[in-house]
Amino acid sequence: MKVVVDEEKCVAAGQCVAAAMDVFDQREDDGIVVLLDENPPAELAEDVRNAAAVCPALAIRLVE
Amino acid sequence: MAEADTRDAPDESLYFYQDERDAKCPFAPPPGLRALNDKGPVTRGRIWDGSTPWLVTGHAAQRAILSDPRVSSDDKRPGFPYPNRAMAETAPHHPLTIFNADGADHTRIRRMMTRPFTRPRMEALRPDIQRFTDELIDRMLAGPKPVNLVTALSLPLPSLMICALLGVPYEDHDFFQEHASFATRSDKTADDDRRASEALGGYLAGLLQKKMAEPADDVLSDFAARIKEGDLTLPEATLLSMILLIAGHETSATMITLGTALLLENPGEIARLREVEDTRDAAGAVEEILRYLTVAMFGQRRIASEDFEFEGAQIKAGDGIVVPLPAGNWDPEAFPEPEKLDLTRKANHHHAFGWGIHQCLGQQLARIELQVVYGTLYRRVPTLRLAVDRDELAFRPADALAFGISELPVTW
Repeated sequence: MKVVVDEEKCVAAGQCVAAAMDVFDQREDDGIVVLLDENPPAELAEDVRNAAAVCPALAIRLVE
Repeated sequence: MAEADTRDAPDESLYFYQDERDAKCPFAPPPGLRALNDKGPVTRGRIWDGSTPWLVTGHAAQRAILSDPRVSSDDKRPGFPYPNRAMAETAPHHPLTIFNADGADHTRIRRMMTRPFTRPRMEALRPDIQRFTDELIDRMLAGPKPVNLVTALSLPLPSLMICALLGVPYEDHDFFQEHASFATRSDKTADDDRRASEALGGYLAGLLQKKMAEPADDVLSDFAARIKEGDLTLPEATLLSMILLIAGHETSATMITLGTALLLENPGEIARLREVEDTRDAAGAVEEILRYLTVAMFGQRRIASEDFEFEGAQIKAGDGIVVPLPAGNWDPEAFPEPEKLDLTRKANHHHAFGWGIHQCLGQQLARIELQVVYGTLYRRVPTLRLAVDRDELAFRPADALAFGISELPVTW
């Protein structure tokens, strides 16, 4: 699984961090998404899919 | 659904949004609204001014419409479906805010407000939230009973937290709690509205000027620094501060109060929360209670900026669009048996905080406050119960901006 984030679209809702904190973080200054792990391990796949599904700005894309 | 344009001939048979809840099931959305889920994801409805905007009720359709760039939040466009008369009357004077801005304007304003509310920052506040919660419960248990849960816990906790974050002295809470609760009332006039915002605005502008001279580590000081740098004017910073102060109060308080009333009717579910050892374990319960109650019951208000077809409906530029969030959160396609409160349900795809770029800015603060309260109150006060009959509870009227109640007498 490869994760792609779009910082332009991101609205800093924090949903991805709540769903998968080992993969996503938020920028100190404005809360915009920071991708910690572009190729997360299989055991985090479900959390990452959930993170993408609950991003209100549709800023997370997964390439499975 | 997808009838011809009915703007010229309002049809009395159209569903009237916002109608009353069923007194026997006050926590469920109004039966008429729930029935729309059987008709299809998009229908025409009537609102208070006689206009007939589209009602987007299906969960998937709500996601699609709230992410659609052909749909605008600009409340100055003719045909905008205002939630009440006061909003309609004040709209021409509304400055640009996160609520009514689209696209790049929205991004610019929102990004000035997001820094203090990130998930990691809110997570770091968990020990403070726990301490405040424990102190409020200690005080409640030491005092006479019954007590009104709203004034004992529901309102003070979010109020203490938002004050600490913003850098507003909590001693002034009587003053701004009154104005904050006013903002969500439906029975106010445009004049009342103006007087309340002037009072609160004057108070916050004074605080911002103080922070410009003596900055501290808080949001108002952040805004004060931006005023000095020329990124914000004092009136803009005042407005942003007012939005945060108001939004930080009512909705979280209501979730604590009504969440408790709802849980007390579901003994099997509240029992799960009595066993929570780490408040993070209450996370799933919080999502389900957010879904169930959907306190932002007035629905997201939008207007079409061009013609387009949506779920079989022919939407025209200038058509009003209302997105009743409780309907999406009770759509059986997304949440099977929605009337069942099930704290083990995976419900975090709910729309209680809205959807799209306008989704609630303070949602991570609300989540952690609720995790701490739900994970603490019923464990510490296992015999907590209503001190009156459920039928005696006086809920806010159906046209209030947020579902709520000002008194919940409890005892133990």
